[in-house]
Amino acid sequence: MNEIRRETRHEIRLRVNGVTYELRVPARRLLSDALRHDLGLTGTHVGCEHGVCGSCTILADGEPVRACLLLAVAATAHEITTVEGLAGPDGEPNAVQRAFAECHGLQCGFCTPGFLTTVTAGLRRDPCPTRDAAREMIAGNLCRCTGYQNIVRAVERAAELESAQEPAR
Amino acid sequence: MKPAPFDYVRPDRLADAVAALAAPESKVMAGGQSLVPLLSMRLASPSLVVDINGLPGLDAITVTSGGVQVGALARHTAVLESPEVARVQPLVPMALAHVAHATVRNRGTTVGSLVHADSAAEMPVVLSLLGGSIEVSGPAGRRTIAASELFVGPLESSVAPDEIALSAFFPALPPGAGVAFDEIARRHGDYALVGAAALVEGERIRVGYLSVSDVPTVVDLTGVPAADRAEAALEQLDPTGDIHATAAYRRTLVRVLTDRVVAAATANAQGGTP
Ligand SMILES: Cc1cc2nc3c(=O)[nH]c(=O)nc-3n(C[C@H](O)[C@H](O)[C@H](O)COP(=O)(O)OP(=O)(O)OC[C@H]3O[C@@H](n4cnc5c(N)ncnc54)[C@H](O)[C@@H]3O)c2cc1C
Ligand code: FES
Ligand code: FES
Repeated sequence: MNEIRRETRHEIRLRVNGVTYELRVPARRLLSDALRHDLGLTGTHVGCEHGVCGSCTILADGEPVRACLLLAVAATAHEITTVEGLAGPDGEPNAVQRAFAECHGLQCGFCTPGFLTTVTAGLRRDPCPTRDAAREMIAGNLCRCTGYQNIVRAVERAAELESAQEPAR
Repeated sequence: MKPAPFDYVRPDRLADAVAALAAPESKVMAGGQSLVPLLSMRLASPSLVVDINGLPGLDAITVTSGGVQVGALARHTAVLESPEVARVQPLVPMALAHVAHATVRNRGTTVGSLVHADSAAEMPVVLSLLGGSIEVSGPAGRRTIAASELFVGPLESSVAPDEIALSAFFPALPPGAGVAFDEIARRHGDYALVGAAALVEGERIRVGYLSVSDVPTVVDLTGVPAADRAEAALEQLDPTGDIHATAAYRRTLVRVLTDRVVAAATANAQGGTP
């Protein structure tokens, strides 16, 4: 029995950053790999590939989840947002992206996409977090470079920027 | 770290899911937050993954005066944030706040964590301490498994490979009783080095421990003088050492946490904040 087992490929539709993609993937394709290799959206970074580092964090229906712990075939039910989808329609960085740049919340940038998606969703739930809430918001993400102080400040700054640009009601 | 090949189905009827699980080496996937890492590290290589996320109705959280019933697709976050759950059985959210980080809780399920039966996990201890149960469905129909029968070994529950857990039941906190949860982890949200949950009901005192033995362990400390409780607990536990903590350090943590959670649960019973 030297026959190589043909792996079944699944025809799936993924909704990513408002665009529908059709692709053929084996069941074992991780969403992180589908985004990076099949769709060329390399903004989603892969560090540990077992859920610990947070660099692959994307938004599924607006909530942060680990792309490395989701199978692409199982992600079809969700509206996915990657770091590429955070900027405004004209490519203008969102408040969180601006705050990270302003406060030196990134150095090598490897962890940054995961922080940006996590914090973007976090501020939607809690628009003006306390220092403790800001720390809790990013507690599931690892960064090897910054020592976190500037990242916590960036979360607070992003909250300020967002409240400033809130349209008058 | 990529999974080995497997087949995948996502049934939309329970009967189809149970039928699919009859295949040898098949595995249920709920949140995938424990299963996908096992697949990626090739610690598990099932030939078929049965994704239950298409089954209707399993995300329900039903709260009655008798207790909290959590469906197999209710995410940790939904259970943690339910005010009704907190009112009827406050130990559930107290412990869930220590389960991983918010991003993992958004996807992971409370029932999945019970079936996964990690002795370092919070919810198996909570179910054991409260005397809860889970309901499963398999080829022979439905059955209820009491927590005391559920956790049989390291990462081993008595749910059969061809059974799907449908829900878990956490009994309500009786009037006048109190609960508390605490754990020591290197970082909040990481697996605990040791954790403890207490239930104080009149004279009755029970404490459950995680990350101490192969299975979650509940110790009855009723009638033991306050000063002797920690040693009495240690007589029934056998903390082991690993790369995270030595056995001696774990014994120290058991002493510290036993006194802390019993005091907090007593205060909680008397209407103080836990
Ligand atoms: C970085 C990280 C940190 C974590 N930290 C913690 C922590 O501190 N404490 C903690 O308790 N957990 C922790 N977890 C685990 C997390 O809580 C998991 O979500 C949970 O243990 C499993 O739930 P799931 O729905 O993801 O199950 P899955 O990963 O889908 O499944 C896990 C196992 O249970 C079986 N299973 C699941 N649901 C059913 C069902 N309905 N019927 C039959 N079998 C089923 C599967 O076949 C598999 O064997 C962590 C996970 C990660 C990635
Ligand atoms: S790559 Fe997904 S959490 Fe590390
Ligand atoms: S900026 Fe380098 S890892 Fe975070």
